[in-house]
Amino acid sequence: MNDDLTKLTLIGTLEALEKNEFSKEELNHAYLGRIKELNPKLNTFLNVQESSNGIPAAIKDIICTQNIVTTAGSKILSNFLPPYNATVVEKLLSQGISVIGKTNLDEFAMGSSGENSAYGATKNPWDLEKVPGGSSSGSAAAVAADLCTFALGTDTGGSIRQPASLCGVVGLKPSYGRVSRYGSIAMASSLDQVGPITKSVADARQVLEWISGPDGYDSNCVQNGFTIKDLRFKNNLNGLRVGMPKEYFGKGLDSGVEKVIREAIKKLEDLGAEIIEVSLPHTEYAVAVYYIIMSSEVSSNLARFDGIRFGSGREDFGAEAKRRIMLGTFALSTGYYDDYFAKAAKVRTLIKQDFEEAFEKCDVIVGPVSPTVAWNLGEKTADPLTMYLSDAYTIPASLAGIPGLSVPCGFSDGLPVGLQILGKYMDEETILNVGEVYEQNTECHLRKPNIEGLEGVGGLGNE
Amino acid sequence: MRLIGDQVKKVAKLANLPLSEEEIVKSSEQLSKILDYVDQLSNVDIKNIEPIFNVVGSSNVMSDDTPRVSLSQDEALKNASQKKNGFFITKGVFEE
Repeated sequence: MNDDLTKLTLIGTLEALEKNEFSKEELNHAYLGRIKELNPKLNTFLNVQESSNGIPAAIKDIICTQNIVTTAGSKILSNFLPPYNATVVEKLLSQGISVIGKTNLDEFAMGSSGENSAYGATKNPWDLEKVPGGSSSGSAAAVAADLCTFALGTDTGGSIRQPASLCGVVGLKPSYGRVSRYGSIAMASSLDQVGPITKSVADARQVLEWISGPDGYDSNCVQNGFTIKDLRFKNNLNGLRVGMPKEYFGKGLDSGVEKVIREAIKKLEDLGAEIIEVSLPHTEYAVAVYYIIMSSEVSSNLARFDGIRFGSGREDFGAEAKRRIMLGTFALSTGYYDDYFAKAAKVRTLIKQDFEEAFEKCDVIVGPVSPTVAWNLGEKTADPLTMYLSDAYTIPASLAGIPGLSVPCGFSDGLPVGLQILGKYMDEETILNVGEVYEQNTECHLRKPNIEGLEGVGGLGNE
Repeated sequence: MRLIGDQVKKVAKLANLPLSEEEIVKSSEQLSKILDYVDQLSNVDIKNIEPIFNVVGSSNVMSDDTPRVSLSQDEALKNASQKKNGFFITKGVFEE
């Protein structure tokens, strides 16, 4: 019985509560019991709220929760008690949601594997020796392991979509400006977005409706609340034009992942969509542009951590945070600004234009989320550049500000693969609709990891 | 682009980042490698291209100058490591 409760999607949970099939107490009891049993193996939660009494959601620990410690995965904020809730948290509370726990992440959301957390790495529920992806590592792993009805993450260069892909769950990065970031600790302000990680596409749609819209505290989020409408595509995709960018199927893409993605695209075609080859010619420069712009904004945002108003001293930043602060400070410094920051901001324009031109020919763009499935813990930690390149397919959409969805679409070497569906600016409706039709006509999302049967590699080591 | 030890020290000072000698050496290597990678941007023709700093296009958004509820003094001071008489304690500005 208890396990059945935790397997339900958010929509399924809402329907069951409506019909009084179980109470919220039973629901929370079931999830808390499962967290107690599995969190020691997975290290998904940094703290658990035993008092949770609403619909239990897991919140990435970079999103402020009033009087619940919020660490951002950093030693600097190990005792930080936010005096207010982030807007997204307030919006969820008003819907009867409660915070069941705060999830582990790469420090200040900087990483692609979860290994940059000051509180030890999160493990992938499909294989405890693999990374869950990052930086919303704990949120994706908690949804995959049925430790919450849904979770919130943040995405700056892929931090919702990539861990969702590596953990076999749904992840949505909304359009830039769709969701208020007030109370979400800033990493790179021209890129950051908060979004849902869920068990189904319909769940992501519901959560987006709940959390989107302006609050007067995020000047880039002004007028664009998302409202659920009737689906345009019901049981087929007749009339949908799907763009396939040739640059997302080149060097670096693992052949096992490529096979699964091509089969998923074939499925879209079988469902009635027209597949059109498109080109995003500046894709190869996206990682370089991103690392200059993101690091520059990081160096500015993280300057507030001076140990005076909150947190400890700057010596407590981890290695990746220090690296990005250094890179960003350099890129903005006198004599180098034009060669680095200004140049990157211009190439960013070209990347945005690539999408605008491609979307003249198609309604959505599809491809892989990640060039590989989940890799071994420790495999890429010694080489920052290799780690950065694992975000090559998620970064371009972040730079362009457009929405992106990761939907489970199969397995390679027994590990999940996610299909990325990108949409026009502020057109989450179409990508969610396409994701939902795909999900309803496929079965891979029904497979669950067998965590109880997995053996870990031992203690939760800090890097 | 190679960054040598002295340049790294200068950047660390600008960033107010206390780095150990070991971290300086490691930073020189890793930052140089990343900057080498970033140098490929020189291959892009950016003549007459306007930069993007914000995809929404907003800049210098002003709010109305009207008072609204904010944190109480107690709440604002709650997370400070050092405080005195209802104020934050900071380093002296005019001291060396």
